[in-house]
Amino acid sequence: MTEHNIRNFAINFGPQHPAAHGVLRLVLELDGEIVERVDPHIGLLHRGTEKLIEHKTYLQATPYFDRLDYVSPMNQEHAFCLGIEKLLGLTVPRRAQLIRTLFCEIGRILSHLLNVTTQAMDVGALTPPLWGFEEREKLMIFYERASGARLHANYFRPGGVHQDLPSALIDDIEAFIDPFLQVVDDLDDLVMSNRIFKQRNVDIGIVTVDEAMAWGFSGVMVRGSGIPWDLRKSQPYECYEEMEFDIPVGKNGDTYDRQVIRMEEMRESAKIMRQCCVKLREPAGLGPIAATDGKFAPPPRREMKRSMEALIHHFKLYTEGFHVPGGEVYAAVEAPKGEFGVYLVADGTNKPYRCKIRAPGFAHLQAMDWMCRGHMLADVSCVLGTLDIVFGEVDR
Amino acid sequence: MSNGISILAHTSAPADGSLQALGDQIGAALGPAIVSRVIAFGELTLNVQASDIVYALTYLRDDPACAFRCFIDICGADYPNREKRFDVVYHLLSLRHNSRIRVKVQTDDQTPVPSVIDVFPAANWFERETYDLYGILFSGHPDLRRLLTDYGFEGHPLRKDFPLTGFVEVRYDQDEARVVYEPVKLTQEFRNFDFLSPWEGTDYVLPGDEKKSA
Repeated sequence: MTEHNIRNFAINFGPQHPAAHGVLRLVLELDGEIVERVDPHIGLLHRGTEKLIEHKTYLQATPYFDRLDYVSPMNQEHAFCLGIEKLLGLTVPRRAQLIRTLFCEIGRILSHLLNVTTQAMDVGALTPPLWGFEEREKLMIFYERASGARLHANYFRPGGVHQDLPSALIDDIEAFIDPFLQVVDDLDDLVMSNRIFKQRNVDIGIVTVDEAMAWGFSGVMVRGSGIPWDLRKSQPYECYEEMEFDIPVGKNGDTYDRQVIRMEEMRESAKIMRQCCVKLREPAGLGPIAATDGKFAPPPRREMKRSMEALIHHFKLYTEGFHVPGGEVYAAVEAPKGEFGVYLVADGTNKPYRCKIRAPGFAHLQAMDWMCRGHMLADVSCVLGTLDIVFGEVDR
Repeated sequence: MSNGISILAHTSAPADGSLQALGDQIGAALGPAIVSRVIAFGELTLNVQASDIVYALTYLRDDPACAFRCFIDICGADYPNREKRFDVVYHLLSLRHNSRIRVKVQTDDQTPVPSVIDVFPAANWFERETYDLYGILFSGHPDLRRLLTDYGFEGHPLRKDFPLTGFVEVRYDQDEARVVYEPVKLTQEFRNFDFLSPWEGTDYVLPGDEKKSA
């Protein structure tokens, strides 16, 4: 073959590909099997969430957050509620804080279970997702028992949560933890020590400390590079301050380290869940689950049927909604995928003036280009898996 | 720790006193580049001249007292009544000092804002998104294409004068065997309820009330 016959080869990865974790189109430029350039085309799932939120009252806007990162819905709602509460100066009752913490950790396990096991599937293993999804199913039933919905919960509300947990549910969540830890150990044996899994992941997609910061990485993507940064520890919100848990960090910043961290974080989350269950039963953990003055959270149904004032509160809340004084805030939570932030501009009316959703996956996905350069084509799906992309939040 | 980053666990965001000091220091260092600075809700906001944004962000990243090395976000905001209708809002985070900062510049739909890709490479997609959704131009951006909207999309959807329903709708046409674009046809008028103050009465005419004046 003469020199001029050799040329780079461009292929389309996606938009429909099982390893694309959603609708992603990657235009790959290949030199043989070596990736020269990656151009992700996103927006195939763009629904204009930010525009829609500007036309909804604060209460009506909350469900949109479930639909961003749909594998851990409540963590997103949490950021939005924290933003509103910051603007309003609302304090959340202790029981609601504990419930939020509990369900945020359930969300973290939901997300990590999905990511670790499907990433294993991307590199050739079929069994891990089946094991992982069995546990996810149990956790989603807890979601359902608390909020009535397995996925799109709409459970966290400004000033608290929507409904109290039945005590049987707290018992069941506590009973879930020990068998779950056993499953995590089994998954560890099955996946993390697997020879093929190591061959595919070790030394792939290495991120240095400086790169992680300059590229706006957060969550596991910075912890994998050895930065002990976790908003739950460094800028604690709700009652994370009193919880005992550790922040696992990586050494090499490669794909394998990040997956090990995710496994370890599930164990830490289980630890937090156990503490929440204990604290929810203590006398200090009992009490209201939302503000009781009726201005931000609806009155109990029972009361609404008998009290005129409660009825008025209910009606006003579900038609006009509450007004939020003008101002701008940025509220962020440590979502499973990284720092999920909401930049909220209020103009004093019942609707947000501007609500920018800062999704961790968006910053991570744009790193595909330099992370994949020089890697083999087969590593693309491996790197994509380690970034933990969900298109609901990337495209918004 | 080996990588030179130390983080104190269990320290929340700094109190207003240190934010004030930080604001004063940045104000003294950057001088006329800063139009104003605000501390509200425990967050420091700098309003910066659009032409000085690269200089300001470079200082905030490199000065040891600031060390805002971690890029968080760039987004736009639209205020159609202002002379310069757009805000470009930058959010930065300092891991070393465990603090956040917001930098804002104003621009209109003609004047480009200097791109900050050279300061933070991550700005690339965020500026593309801002261009896509607001039509804000960034000078020096190597690849200012649309990002989130459809190929060949017209308009900038997050502007306040862009209708919520958009202008076109898409469907798959069986006969032509491709996706076709058509103007939006609503079977029912889009309902935007004015619930702002049902107690003081509405400012639109209820069906039937027009007979009263006739």
